[in-house]
Amino acid sequence: MTTLNRADFVRLGSMFSGSLVLGVGASGCANQSRTAPPSSAAPGTRAAFRPNAWLIVHPNEKVTVFVAKSEMGQGVATGMPTIVADELDIPFENVLVEFAPAAAAYNDPDFHIQITGGSTSMLSSWMPLRTAGASARAMLVAAAAKQWGVDASTLTTNAGSVIDNKNNRTATYGSLTGAAASMPVPAKPKLKSREQFTLIGKVDKRIDTPLKVNGTAKYGIDVRVPGMKFASILYPPVFGAKVRSFDASKAKQVKGVIAVVQVPSGVAVVATNSWAAFQGKAALTATYDDGAFANASSESLKAQFLKLASSGTGAIAAVERGSKSVQGTRFEAVYFGQPVAHATMEPMNATASVTSDGVEIWAPTQVQTSAQAYAAKIAGVPLSRVKIHTTYLGGGFGRRLYVDFTNDAVAVSKAIKAPVQVIWTREDDIQHDWYKPMAANAVSAVLDGHGNLVAMRHTVVMDSILKGLGFPLPASGMDPVSMDSVMNSPYEIPNYQAYYINPNSGIPPGSLRAPGANWNGFVMETFLDELAHAATKDPLAFRLALLKKNPRATNVLQRVAKNASWGSPAPGTKHGLAFGFWANTPVATVAEVSMNGTTPRVHRAFVVADVGIAVNPTIVRQQLEGATNYGLSMALASKITIENGAVQQHNFYDFLVLRIDQAPEIHVDVLENAPSPTGIGELGVIPIAPAVANAVFAINGKRARTQPFSDAYPA
Amino acid sequence: MVSLTINGEQHDLDVPDEMPLLWAIRDVVGLTGTKFGCGVAQCGCCTVHVGDGAVRSCITPVSSVAGKSITTIEALGTSEQPHPLQQAWVDEEVPQCGYCQSGQLMAISGLLKKNPHPTDADLAKSITNICRCGTYGRIRKAVARATGGGQQS
Ligand code: FES
Ligand code: FES
Repeated sequence: MTTLNRADFVRLGSMFSGSLVLGVGASGCANQSRTAPPSSAAPGTRAAFRPNAWLIVHPNEKVTVFVAKSEMGQGVATGMPTIVADELDIPFENVLVEFAPAAAAYNDPDFHIQITGGSTSMLSSWMPLRTAGASARAMLVAAAAKQWGVDASTLTTNAGSVIDNKNNRTATYGSLTGAAASMPVPAKPKLKSREQFTLIGKVDKRIDTPLKVNGTAKYGIDVRVPGMKFASILYPPVFGAKVRSFDASKAKQVKGVIAVVQVPSGVAVVATNSWAAFQGKAALTATYDDGAFANASSESLKAQFLKLASSGTGAIAAVERGSKSVQGTRFEAVYFGQPVAHATMEPMNATASVTSDGVEIWAPTQVQTSAQAYAAKIAGVPLSRVKIHTTYLGGGFGRRLYVDFTNDAVAVSKAIKAPVQVIWTREDDIQHDWYKPMAANAVSAVLDGHGNLVAMRHTVVMDSILKGLGFPLPASGMDPVSMDSVMNSPYEIPNYQAYYINPNSGIPPGSLRAPGANWNGFVMETFLDELAHAATKDPLAFRLALLKKNPRATNVLQRVAKNASWGSPAPGTKHGLAFGFWANTPVATVAEVSMNGTTPRVHRAFVVADVGIAVNPTIVRQQLEGATNYGLSMALASKITIENGAVQQHNFYDFLVLRIDQAPEIHVDVLENAPSPTGIGELGVIPIAPAVANAVFAINGKRARTQPFSDAYPA
Repeated sequence: MVSLTINGEQHDLDVPDEMPLLWAIRDVVGLTGTKFGCGVAQCGCCTVHVGDGAVRSCITPVSSVAGKSITTIEALGTSEQPHPLQQAWVDEEVPQCGYCQSGQLMAISGLLKKNPHPTDADLAKSITNICRCGTYGRIRKAVARATGGGQQS
């Protein structure tokens, strides 16, 4: 457990001095049961006051806020406590943050499990967190009213104190903790109006920044528990294959190797340190039962996908609006996208300890409930005996929604009867991901005599992302995630048909930052650009004409055009425009691009999003900047290819990602035109690739029908 | 037995000569601020200083740095006196997930010893550390703030 003290913050020049207690190591307060931890105070004592699962008011005026979402860089460890603290009416420097244990009280209200994904944290936690803070505040006020013998309605609060203006007296929250605990929980506590917020929209520092500049933030890979070992697992290279036999004799000769054990996913080499485990794994030899996927290659899969897209075999109707045979000028295109790995900066890892008492897991996970459930099954213990400690995540992007790495840690610890950290090499990470799926899209459209877009038909061939996540598909087989940006497109096209085909390719399908939309949005936005040019219309005006009923979308498009001086790019560059929509947030990007040979060079990107309410404006900007760069990585260079059923890339020398030399200057502007915060973590990925592709067309007339662009614009 | 001087403290370690410095630091000495990202000198997460120079510890055998002075992120600055880059990182709110930032700070503080006022073009040329959260723009701003530099190239 690490505590950052006030002095550290002040000296580091932070504007506030909150302190942070990591969820690594058992928390003194966090109860691990499946229900909300009970209120701990007895009436009349100065015990801490725990009105609900979300917070504890301590007698020393500090307030612990439990963060039920995983902090992977998107800022929940700052944003969620900000919401609670605002309604509770305390200064932000009194906030202590703790990551919540796996417990039903912390389940996402929409997903019904504890999960961080879909850019929903702020949206779904907004009312529960405000209510939790307001309810605690009301109980503290009631306690003061009782103590003073006055009506609660005559009292106000400010900066962590209850105030009786009439009689000129105050009581700090810390002095009321004992009495507050016996006050009734208000059924419907009064919430602040937007104008009354003191912290929301105003706190613009991150609570975790100081820990992340001096090496003290603890990630999964930094977990150290007494007696723990390190393990590296040899996974069969072909998807779906199993280990048939292995020879561990050479591995066991490596200094530091303690044991070699088979687990369901492969063969684990256990050692006294990570490097010895890696060396031991390199010395292992194994044979595999490969299965059918051993014959698959990128070329064979691509042919299969393109055939499905053109034939429409197995298509499931997602949208059938208006007529299917509209007269006019017809346009058609077929797109193909390669799989992409997440490549979070921190490779997959988890630490587990399986004993007769149960299981303890320390992990950078986005999905506590599933990690807990699988661990219970693997170890053969009841759910109540599995404790999950969520660490900081060195990037998530959807990769840590899967339980493969936590399952492995539990299986190895069970086998060796000792605590163990299973740590992946980068090669394991690139070759055993749940990938952004391969995809083929067939689109066609009709322009009428005035150049208006009157009909569109869009067929998506993409593995089911929901199925990869373990969620059940509806009976029809429709996957709304793989169809994102197509079946829920905001464009007002009168005659519109959308179809889904699940190719079941055998590549593990993954949820990667703005899943579905990160590819489908590219197809949609580049095709719209093509149609706008065919209609000899301005791509901005062309889009606005299709978004007449959508003022938030219209605003972001108009604002980005203004910010970028749309139509007047800097000398030597051209502009490209694209739009995106995700988690109830509209976003638009203008990319300013020149060509360096066959490679687009993005000088500047202008991004505008309407986030409803920016709980923390700095974090909103960071997310839009980061997502733009993440999307640009995929657009320019990242791809996974398959040969003989196995991934051909290994590490950052052949799985290419953006570095500082290619990173554009990013100008972010944030609008706030909705009554509550909307998603910010993923959507910036959607418009950057099509914006760049559309700028390239403006430069050289070439259309990109694939990503990465190294394949789209061959030398 | 290899003798390493890390952050001014001597550690006598019973590890193979060829063990990369990264793992000696993380798994044997127990300082976890230095991160593992690729193991093949591609990402820079594992950057530490040996003497005055920034090196990628994942490909540096311990035997090659025996007796030399090694500095990790834990000793780049102190809470009383942060390194100017650490202060600028806080002021500009650079980190997102934060995982790459130890390496970014060690690599760029190493660069500053040779080039105290790097331009954006110098950063583009000399700094190849990967940040998957895409904090590059803020890194440029923070370096400029710490060194009094600007966008000139
Ligand atoms: S871990 Fe050393 S450069 Fe990536
Ligand atoms: S801050 Fe996450 S990888 Fe750089």
